[in-house]
Amino acid sequence: MFRWEFDVSKSALTGTRIRERRQALNLRQSELARQAEISASYLNLIEHNRRKIGGKVLIQIARALEVEVSALTEGAEESLLEALREAAGAFRKGEAEVDRLEEFVSRFPGWARLIAAQNRRVVAQDRNIEALNDRLTHDPFLGEALHDLLSNVTAIQSTAGILVETPEIEDQWRNRFTRNIHEESSRLAEGSQALVRYFEDQVRAADTPFTTPLEALDVYLSSNNYHLPVLEQSKAPDETITGLIDEAAELTTPQSRSLARTYLKLYYSLSRRMPMRDVIALWAQSPDPSQLSRAFGATLSEAMHRLATIPSEDLGQELGLVVSDGAGALLFRKALDGFPMPRYGAACAVWPLYQALNQPMVARRALVETPPGRQMETWTVAEPVAGLRFDTAPILRATMLVSLDSGSLSGERPVQVGTTCRICPRQNCAARREPSVLVE
Amino acid sequence: MPKSVLLIEDEPNIIEAIGFILSRAGYQVISHGDGTTALDAVIRETPDMLILDLMLPGRGGLDILRDLRSASATKDLPVMMLTARGQKHDRDQAEHLGVTAFMTKPFANQEVLQQVQTLIGDA
Repeated sequence: MFRWEFDVSKSALTGTRIRERRQALNLRQSELARQAEISASYLNLIEHNRRKIGGKVLIQIARALEVEVSALTEGAEESLLEALREAAGAFRKGEAEVDRLEEFVSRFPGWARLIAAQNRRVVAQDRNIEALNDRLTHDPFLGEALHDLLSNVTAIQSTAGILVETPEIEDQWRNRFTRNIHEESSRLAEGSQALVRYFEDQVRAADTPFTTPLEALDVYLSSNNYHLPVLEQSKAPDETITGLIDEAAELTTPQSRSLARTYLKLYYSLSRRMPMRDVIALWAQSPDPSQLSRAFGATLSEAMHRLATIPSEDLGQELGLVVSDGAGALLFRKALDGFPMPRYGAACAVWPLYQALNQPMVARRALVETPPGRQMETWTVAEPVAGLRFDTAPILRATMLVSLDSGSLSGERPVQVGTTCRICPRQNCAARREPSVLVE
Repeated sequence: MPKSVLLIEDEPNIIEAIGFILSRAGYQVISHGDGTTALDAVIRETPDMLILDLMLPGRGGLDILRDLRSASATKDLPVMMLTARGQKHDRDQAEHLGVTAFMTKPFANQEVLQQVQTLIGDA
């Protein structure tokens, strides 16, 4: 009934849960303290999350409250906490009580999800505005269209001005200028319609909840759990891909659809070269991506990517995957619970993913530890995208596969990582590029 | 001999309108619509002033202005640049390159005439 081996509670919320459970049982604090063989004042500190507890005291309290220890210690979903840290980061520093975040999530889960969702919308809208600004400034069609419109208007204004200001104008000129006005008016009408159509398309595109094609693709793949059995079994992949894209509610813009098509072609290729059943069997024998790479003649990145497309219930293991280009931009994210990945902007520079870019073609395995203390195993490699050439430097992409710690790297000192500097509580990190909203 | 104005602009109806206004005021107006050969046209025609559109096919007005100001024969040629509102960055660059005046589209006919008269020395 009670486990004797467990991790010391790392969650500040344990005290809150103890208090709520005690109150649900109509148990007085003094009575619970007596049963747990601690003082009432100490229990009071525990219930207000001012003391972290574990071991015998936790077991005794859990016994008195008639619950499993895990019911008191398991924290709120990490991804929700990360989302709220991001929301606090966007707010004025110091205004949100980030040190009481877990307590807030536990006591008001609905409000917590609402805040996280609203922050995502605000960030998405900010990025939309930025994207629209960029388009207005740099879009060649828009620049040219506006120039043409202005030229039409200039010609009409000048020509009409001549007709009005020169009443004695010769008939031949009058007729010529009248025809010019007619010509320019027609061009103005056509140009205006083209511009309206352009803006209508932009509004349609901006109506999507996704700010970038990558994000739209990310949401599409996530909603399918990164696994597309109909494509894996397809005998007509091009038609199947078209069908999948047409049915995808998330892929509303030409850019996101184009990106999806490229990705789905890659997906199909990987599934053909590395059949799911064979991958599962090989992984069960030896959970090492390099074994798959050798067995199927695929690159290490391809093998890791293929693993991430296989459902965890079939593979027997949950895996996360992240891909970055040489500039550090995240091109692909399959998040893993316990290892949050930033939705926007740059990730933690200490991730082994980025170290791989410093040593291309070197496969590396590393243990990492996130701020709450969760340890994860990572496999990373950076490989050239289009092969090696003598006349140009290679374009590199780094791939990192992430799994829960299996213990196979025990004895190794974990690399201390975060999600992104802005919401990372780690102090004295040499890689920090901006202050954290969580640390004064 | 009437003073001459070279108009480098690719919109035919604007050329016709400006040409009419200036020629009625006694100027000889020559037009040229291609940015790539605009510099050749300036050297060939030796106008008393130049009206230069910012956006031209083949080669932009700023590039042409840069070359004009770096040649001894044309470094002092009065140049009025036709721009659109909101092109502040381009206007700043044109000022830096030594443009003499701007005319923002759409413009009033009288405004064009007055500016030409000023730049050419007839005002």
